[in-house]
Amino acid sequence: MLLIFLSSGLFMGWSLGANDAANVFGTAVSTKMIRFRTAALICGLFVIIGAVISGAGAAYTLGELGSVNAIAGSFMVTLAAAITVFWMTELGLPVSTSQAVVGAIIGWNLFTGSVTDYSSFTKIVSTWILCPLLAAFFSIILFLVLRLILNKLKIHLLRLDMYTRVGLIVVGAFGAYSLGANNIANVVGVFVPVAPFNDLDLFGIVKLSSTEQLFFLGALSIAVGAYTYSRKVMETVGGSLLKLSPETALVVVLAESLVLFLFSSAGLESFLINHGLPSLPLVPVSSSQAVVGAVIGIGLIKGVKGIKYSVLGGIAAGWVATPIIAAVIAFVSLFFLQNVFDQEVSRKNIFQITDQVIVYLRQEGINDTGLIEVKNKEFRNSTRFQTTIKEKTKLNDAELRKVFESSKREEFHIDVMIIKQKIDPNWFTPEQINSLNSLADQTYDYKWQVWNELERITTEWKFKVEKPENRIYNKDLKAKREYINRIFLMEAVEAEEKQ
Amino acid sequence: MAILFKTTKQLESQIDDYLDAVSQGALVFSQAVKNYVENDQVNFKERMKVMTDLEHKADQLRRTIENRLYVQTLIPEQRGDVLGLLEHTDDVLDTMKETIDEFDIENPFVPVELNLKFIELTAMSIQSAEALVMAERAFFKNVSAVKDHLHKIYFYEKEADRIGNAIKRQAFAMDMDLSKKFHVRYFALRIQNVSDRAEDVADRLAIYTIKRTI
Repeated sequence: MLLIFLSSGLFMGWSLGANDAANVFGTAVSTKMIRFRTAALICGLFVIIGAVISGAGAAYTLGELGSVNAIAGSFMVTLAAAITVFWMTELGLPVSTSQAVVGAIIGWNLFTGSVTDYSSFTKIVSTWILCPLLAAFFSIILFLVLRLILNKLKIHLLRLDMYTRVGLIVVGAFGAYSLGANNIANVVGVFVPVAPFNDLDLFGIVKLSSTEQLFFLGALSIAVGAYTYSRKVMETVGGSLLKLSPETALVVVLAESLVLFLFSSAGLESFLINHGLPSLPLVPVSSSQAVVGAVIGIGLIKGVKGIKYSVLGGIAAGWVATPIIAAVIAFVSLFFLQNVFDQEVSRKNIFQITDQVIVYLRQEGINDTGLIEVKNKEFRNSTRFQTTIKEKTKLNDAELRKVFESSKREEFHIDVMIIKQKIDPNWFTPEQINSLNSLADQTYDYKWQVWNELERITTEWKFKVEKPENRIYNKDLKAKREYINRIFLMEAVEAEEKQ
Repeated sequence: MAILFKTTKQLESQIDDYLDAVSQGALVFSQAVKNYVENDQVNFKERMKVMTDLEHKADQLRRTIENRLYVQTLIPEQRGDVLGLLEHTDDVLDTMKETIDEFDIENPFVPVELNLKFIELTAMSIQSAEALVMAERAFFKNVSAVKDHLHKIYFYEKEADRIGNAIKRQAFAMDMDLSKKFHVRYFALRIQNVSDRAEDVADRLAIYTIKRTI
């Protein structure tokens, strides 16, 4: 069963490779600087390296898919996103796979009646506008700088050709590396807790954990996608939108990589913070949208007549359509999956404000008599629960969210076997692991109960004060806590299913 | 990557060698014409041989360069332009060689009064060829300097035409057989053709240069 579910992740990887390889090598291939096969091979190789090395570090973060709380639901959401991206690839349109995933999740939210965080909408829309603008800006600047340098340096035509080729390969390789590293979580991250592989020992030299094998498989699917199906989108990005020269092809990929590096690199952020420098805001950026923006930037500076507006319009329509189509496909497919195939696509949450919850909320500074009115009442619909609380109390949005989270009844069972198998001593500290062991075999009804206990045992589960220098620590701790939530919750569900 | 670097360096030097051959051809051509009009048959024959070798060498280089450019898929955008450039430059060298051969075969009678003018005409013609070689070197390395050389080609071509016309006028005003006058006119024209071919290449080069400007 798990392997069927994993197939959607692999299809997602394939679609991602087919669509996103163009962002990295599209301009190089369409300007005939690099042969398609060579580009696809380099892309595939570095995607795999990026995914296995860097991605493993982010092995425990799911990207957006973390909010889907049942494996069948994850399967469908991933499949819906993958189909959408595949469709757009068929049309030759470069689109954002992350936005397809978010769209599919929104479809899942709508289907399961879960609360949708509408800020993800505004995030997507702002990306459509900000990201290409930033990329265009950078590509114009880089183009002018390059022109200045080339006029001064007087390089031989053939030498310049060679340098451009080398530049395109190097930048492309780095781009492929970060493609693998940044996207592998969306492809197979959600299957990490349920990876069906045993640790592999290759000739006693290399040990591959189950997670690393999973990531390798996911990355391989991306590489295959790039090799087999990325040509169409490459032609659009590198040729159909605007006729590029080899030098401008290099400027485009440089600008795109720069935007991605400056505005979404956690590595850069930590470097700046560690050296007491102001860090850049982490704007959500999409490599597909950045590359299109960079091409437009070149078009603007070389003469707007060169840009094929019909192609640009098609691309923009693709961006808008992607999350919408993914949401619709997800919604419809989930219906079939649940009602026809009888699969649990989401865990039904029960919301109940008990005495314990009220005491806890009081400790957190939330004290409203309206809560007592709904004490012990069971709500099985999250939207109805939210509306009721809103009506009965005078709490603000932040407080309402706290009440919502604290009232969600989820069974947590701290299984000793899971601690042994799924808690990586390289990621969690000994104190953290000991604290988990001390709660072995305990069951809790509410998430906050687990965390209250753990924080009481050791301060290593507590978040540090919200300061720039603590940002990385808190981010890592958040990922750890989410991982803990997932593994002890999922297993509880599976234990129920087994019974 | 190392192979690419090696190929690039080799090609760069081959293009240089090709342009060197054209430039040398021009010098040899001017000396050959001087030897002929001064009746120095020994040196003339030697120059003719050197000319043949240079033209052959240039042809081989040209074919190698073109072949390599396409096999290695180098400079995809400018490949066609470079190909055209090399081939039309070859026309300049071919014209020089053919003219020398014709001097040898047809053995025209050049009146002594026209010797200096013939030498001057040849000098002007090869100046345009020299300027062309400079312009082409600049095309590969220093695009902004191409224009500086192009206008010289046009100037020398005009000068060659002027001197050529003066030769023809003077020849037809002389007291000699009509056939000899025609012969003199033909050879003056042939030497002028060298600068005409150079001008043809210059016109193309002007367009290729615009295309190369980033």
